Amino acid sequence: MKVRGKVRSAAAVIVALLLLAGCGANAGSGDKLSGMRIMVPNSPGGGYDITARTAAKVLEESGLARNVEVFNLPGAGGTVGLGRLVGEKGNGKLLMSMGLGVVGSVFTNKSPATLQDTTPIAKLIEEPDIIAVSAKSKYKNIEQLLADWKADPAGLAVGGGSSRGGPDHLAAMLTAKGAGVQPKKVNFVSYDGGGDLLAAILGDKLAFGVSGVSEWRDQIDAGQLRVLAVTSDQRVEGIDAPTLKEAGLDVQFTNWRGIVAPPGISDSDRKKLIDTVQRMHDSKEWKQALENNGWTDAFQIGEQFGAFLKEQNEQVETVLSDLGLSSS
Amino acid sequence: MLSNLLDGFATALTVEHLLLAALGVLLGTAIGVLPGIGPAMAVALLLPITYSIEATGAFIMFAGIYYGGMFGGSTTSILLNTPGETAAVVTAIEGHPMAKKGRGAQALATAAIGHFVGGMVGTILLVALAPLVADFAVNIGAPDFVAVMLLAFIAVTSVLGKSRVRGFASLAIGLTIGLIGLDPVTGQQRLTFGSLHLVDGIDVVVVAVGLFAVGEALWVAANLRRTAGKPIPVGRPWLNRDDVRRSWKPWLRGPVIGFPFGAVPAGGAEIPTFLSYVTEKRLSRRKDEFGKGAIEGVAGPESTASASAAGTLTAMLTLGLPTTAVAAVMLAAFQQYGIQPGPLLFERESELVWALIASLFIGLTLLLLLNLPLAPLWARLLRIPRPYLYAGILFFASVGAYAVSSDVVDLVMLLVIGLIGLMMRRFGLPVLPAIIAVILGPSVENQLRRALQLSGGDLGGLVNTTFSVVVYCVIAAILLWPLIARLVRKFARPKVDSHAG
Repeated sequence: MKVRGKVRSAAAVIVALLLLAGCGANAGSGDKLSGMRIMVPNSPGGGYDITARTAAKVLEESGLARNVEVFNLPGAGGTVGLGRLVGEKGNGKLLMSMGLGVVGSVFTNKSPATLQDTTPIAKLIEEPDIIAVSAKSKYKNIEQLLADWKADPAGLAVGGGSSRGGPDHLAAMLTAKGAGVQPKKVNFVSYDGGGDLLAAILGDKLAFGVSGVSEWRDQIDAGQLRVLAVTSDQRVEGIDAPTLKEAGLDVQFTNWRGIVAPPGISDSDRKKLIDTVQRMHDSKEWKQALENNGWTDAFQIGEQFGAFLKEQNEQVETVLSDLGLSSS
Repeated sequence: MLSNLLDGFATALTVEHLLLAALGVLLGTAIGVLPGIGPAMAVALLLPITYSIEATGAFIMFAGIYYGGMFGGSTTSILLNTPGETAAVVTAIEGHPMAKKGRGAQALATAAIGHFVGGMVGTILLVALAPLVADFAVNIGAPDFVAVMLLAFIAVTSVLGKSRVRGFASLAIGLTIGLIGLDPVTGQQRLTFGSLHLVDGIDVVVVAVGLFAVGEALWVAANLRRTAGKPIPVGRPWLNRDDVRRSWKPWLRGPVIGFPFGAVPAGGAEIPTFLSYVTEKRLSRRKDEFGKGAIEGVAGPESTASASAAGTLTAMLTLGLPTTAVAAVMLAAFQQYGIQPGPLLFERESELVWALIASLFIGLTLLLLLNLPLAPLWARLLRIPRPYLYAGILFFASVGAYAVSSDVVDLVMLLVIGLIGLMMRRFGLPVLPAIIAVILGPSVENQLRRALQLSGGDLGGLVNTTFSVVVYCVIAAILLWPLIARLVRKFARPKVDSHAG
């Protein structure tokens, strides 16, 4: 026991020193928030996690908040964390990073807590999906692909880096709907993230894949992947592909991430949180972080974000109930 | 290539980088020891802290954490029957019985050397085969996986134990636990009883710690009054000549199994370590010792686990393809530094990549130097009287389960599985098939259904690759071998009578 104790306490000291080194940058002053916690409803290393940790770091570096603690409560596509957040009614020092994936998970997992119960704070970033094939694929443009897909929906396997109700699944289904393919007939194969999916596309196991644009930048640059279309309403810089709108489909889709707070927080808490996030967004550190991560700014706060959430919720519900994945 | 590698060593051998590698290895070992906190989580949690270090140094540290974490997990596996990582689950099967017989130091030593050898060979393969691996990794698809996993299931029969019925009962328990969670294709909930906490299924580590450690602690507690508590003997600290003679072949066979698995998507370390275990059992001349502490059963899987880590890094560096959670986190880390991981990484960031590879060699050597002298010290842990030792194990297992997501539900789950483990011991069911089923069941289901989805429901989609056909032929040969052998003997005997004697 003695040996183990020593090793463990040594490890604890090292971790503590590292933590100190990380937090040493900011000096205390003014009306900054302290003791804030950001919950990540996914495991470490995932999209919500990186967003939350980057936000925490920017808040501290720009002197807006002190001792921001990020913690993970993964499970059920984010709905375990959502349940906890909704349970923390009135807690003005808790935030949760979330995104489109959580909206879908509420339906697929039949979560009792919904995003409508939360206090919307801000939408931070967004990312369009792309429709991509391997360089060896016979499909050179989106029209060829859509023609074949319409003719034989079941014969063309579509891969996505998320499970049912996740962003890539929604993007594929919305595209299908726009193209006149019945969503129920789509042969959607779900992969464990963009990397797993990438191998299947490069190995020509799938007709095409749908994933976030930032996942495969390098493979696109190296010419291993051909992008047939982007799902946003504008073309994406550095990617030579039309939007789905240009291809004649009335489809516009972007994945997004944002921050919500527990229900029933006081007006002054809500104002303080929104104000802090606004100032974080305006800081040069945040701009640098956006650039480093290849994120697209999509800032929206308070009621605006709330209205957006409501609209997304309805859109997702329609798509999923078409597929029999939503109870209503 | 060689000059690149030498340049890499020049970068990695600076004082700062050496220190970072050592720190990574130490942190990784400490983290690996705790069940629940895996290397993936460790790297993710350290990410924001390493921003103050430049990219090369940070990745050298991450690689150290990865290798260290893979190793640390096996220490508790052997001594406390509490695997810290999924890669170390198989190590507990032979490692813990060895420790109970007073050969804990030897088990730790053979694990340390196996880890070193596996990692070294794996890293050399990384340097030599990187471009080939890239091709291999993308060409392995769902049908190939189904074939390999069927092979693994056939191999399960060799761990069923004396009573087939009990073995299959245990297998069924494991497969049922594996069914818990969302259906991978339709998204329907299975066996979740409406609880969101069960939607993601139960983590293999929680099942392994529950069945192995908690189950055994409860069993010992239930029987402590009847069996006189004699302390576990602590034998000689070093490997003797016989140990080395029995270990060196498994050490070298490990990378052959582990490296390819690590490099392909969804490969990971669990399935290859299990395959290594059954291979060693089949090849060993002392099959009767298996289950009671055979050193081959520690040496092989440890070397395999370490080599699979090297395979994972190969796929990550050459393709930008994360095949395990750790690699996925490291990829995210690359992006944080403004580096795009992927096929162009070797050209664009040549200095960083080669320094990283060189530091793998250095990290492995540091791990060996750190762990070999520590083995006898660790082994002394078992001198603690049994009531305290098992109380410690229970405490340790609970902290680990709780650490995964700071959720009380995980503790309840651990206890329930522990009770299942206790009942299984009470009724003589072997624990091993259940664990193997939890590892294999969900992945075989996922890959089988994916393969059928890709072929549009056509069963021909399962045999449409050369690789899968080859594996099915091997399976057929293994199954039919007793029959063929009997036929051959029958026909051969009348002619060459002397052969039978």
